[in-house]
Amino acid sequence: MAATLPASPYNPDDKMPLERSEPQGGPPAARRTSPWIDKLFSFLAHGAAIFTLAILAAIIASLVVGAWPSISTYGLSFLWRSEWDPVQDQYGGLVMIYGTIMTSLVALVIAVPVSFGIALFLTELSPKWLKRPLGTAVELLAAVPSIVYGMWGLLVFAPILATYVQQPLQAWFGGVPVLGALFSGPPVGIGILSAGIILAIMIIPFIASVMRDVFEITPPLLKESAYGLGSTTWEVVWKVVLPYTKTGVVGGIMLGLGRALGETMAVTFVIGNFNQLSSLSMFEAANSIASALANEFAEANEGLHQASLIYLGLVLFFITFVVLSCSKLLLMQLKKGEGSRS
Amino acid sequence: MSAMTSPASTALHSQRLSKHRARKRVNAIALVLSLAAMSFGLFWLIWILIETVRLGVGGLALSLFTEMTPPPQAETGGLANAIFGSLLMVSLATAIGTPIGIMAGVYLAEYGQKGWLGSATRFINDILLSAPSIVIGLFIYSVVVAQFRSFSGWAGVLALALIVIPVVIRTTENMLTLIPSALREAAYALGTPKWKVIMTVTLKAARAGVITGVLLALARIAGETAPLLFTALSNQFWTTNLATPMASLPVTIFKFALSPYENWQKLAWAGVFLITIGVLALNIMARVLFRNKH
Repeated sequence: MAATLPASPYNPDDKMPLERSEPQGGPPAARRTSPWIDKLFSFLAHGAAIFTLAILAAIIASLVVGAWPSISTYGLSFLWRSEWDPVQDQYGGLVMIYGTIMTSLVALVIAVPVSFGIALFLTELSPKWLKRPLGTAVELLAAVPSIVYGMWGLLVFAPILATYVQQPLQAWFGGVPVLGALFSGPPVGIGILSAGIILAIMIIPFIASVMRDVFEITPPLLKESAYGLGSTTWEVVWKVVLPYTKTGVVGGIMLGLGRALGETMAVTFVIGNFNQLSSLSMFEAANSIASALANEFAEANEGLHQASLIYLGLVLFFITFVVLSCSKLLLMQLKKGEGSRS
Repeated sequence: MSAMTSPASTALHSQRLSKHRARKRVNAIALVLSLAAMSFGLFWLIWILIETVRLGVGGLALSLFTEMTPPPQAETGGLANAIFGSLLMVSLATAIGTPIGIMAGVYLAEYGQKGWLGSATRFINDILLSAPSIVIGLFIYSVVVAQFRSFSGWAGVLALALIVIPVVIRTTENMLTLIPSALREAAYALGTPKWKVIMTVTLKAARAGVITGVLLALARIAGETAPLLFTALSNQFWTTNLATPMASLPVTIFKFALSPYENWQKLAWAGVFLITIGVLALNIMARVLFRNKH
């Protein structure tokens, strides 16, 4: 028997019946799986995504609640009050905020050029067979736990820094007014500079691998055109690749900065944990937000001391949140541009 | 014509040549600096590894795995309770965090490619991925430790689980989006319901990648110290009770490394050696697994 298809969209007036073969067997009597499993699965997936958002909201809420005694006592003046005195119950975050920012800046000053060099080497210079092992080695540097960096920094690196860098610097510049103050401090190799150097080693892999990835998305056509005009490798990277990928490069740097700001263990070992801002020296013991938390929080008595530490945590979370958001937005912008330009 | 080389043109020529040489020189300097940067990066990795091995191997002994953490200046002692605590907390945290991470990754890749929830989750997740882990510790302190009025192994587990989730979400989503849509469409065309398509087709095809993500998450939390400092705290004794403070390898290393006692420092180096080897092995395993599949 020839079946007639109801309401063919192609030729409604055509009365010619369409032939088709006899169907083999009937349609399935019922769906083999009931739809509720599908619904449950979709519910779980949505739930997991919402859970992630909820974590963030809960983190912010719990920090604000925990810090409230301190927020209501000091308000925003907490940010520029420099005394931190658990005995007198007086708290201000300036020393830690200064230490956090300074160590991260030192880290960036060292890490950015080095990461750029590494990315340049991996994308333009390295022979093909070396690219992968070298890339992996740099990424493994990021995998080493921060406590290893910390312990190595304190027991191996700091004495070397003190003997071969700090003491000569102090000998040369000790009498010079500004520079002398910058390098003063006990010669033990602990302080903002060594924390910054160790942070730099830790963030180099992050910045370098983002830079390498964004350098690689530069269309070969652009690079080849520049080479065809007689550019040197350096000119291609500096004048073609870098301008093309600058948002991505800045995004990568911001990612590294975000990491450096929040790093705890490596800094705690080598910064000296000293809660006073007595000089601007790079070798003077200082403190950062994360290491203040690591050192004092478990022993802090409940009340204003603990609330102030949580307030510091809130400030740290806020700073890293802003920095990481900028990084993410810049990297997203590059991705968008990649689609439209190529 | 060609014989008529005026002084002006030779001057121009030599000027161009010198400019060319200058450009070559800049290029050479830049490339040498780039090589130096590469060696600089490798130099630290090698130095840290060498020091870890040199100072860590000395403390390696069977007693490390059989004896408890000693008091200062004791003759013997090991890290057994810390190693056990770390293994227990890390595996529980992975067991809790992985399903949530995979489901959220599935959501991002299969349900919420567009729409506000998808992009918001993706954005927030990338921030949580790099958020300071000590803040996670603060968070767990205020919602768990402060409520139950006691430091506990469970609090440590939860803090670590919160670090696992973003790592797993990120890799799961990336791996699932690599699966060609034709595979999904073929399964849908056979009338397969969506959950079955995801479970038996896409997740299965992306299995190696998802496991890579879990291994990376394991490697990440195995060395995490900051979130455990005021959640699990530490414990000198052997305990399997997660409701009490629990020792972990990183926190014990932290405590021992900063102490002036020689036996503690030696144990700390042995612990650092164990952690470094473990974490690097996990990372290399993850890479090998991923490369074999893709």
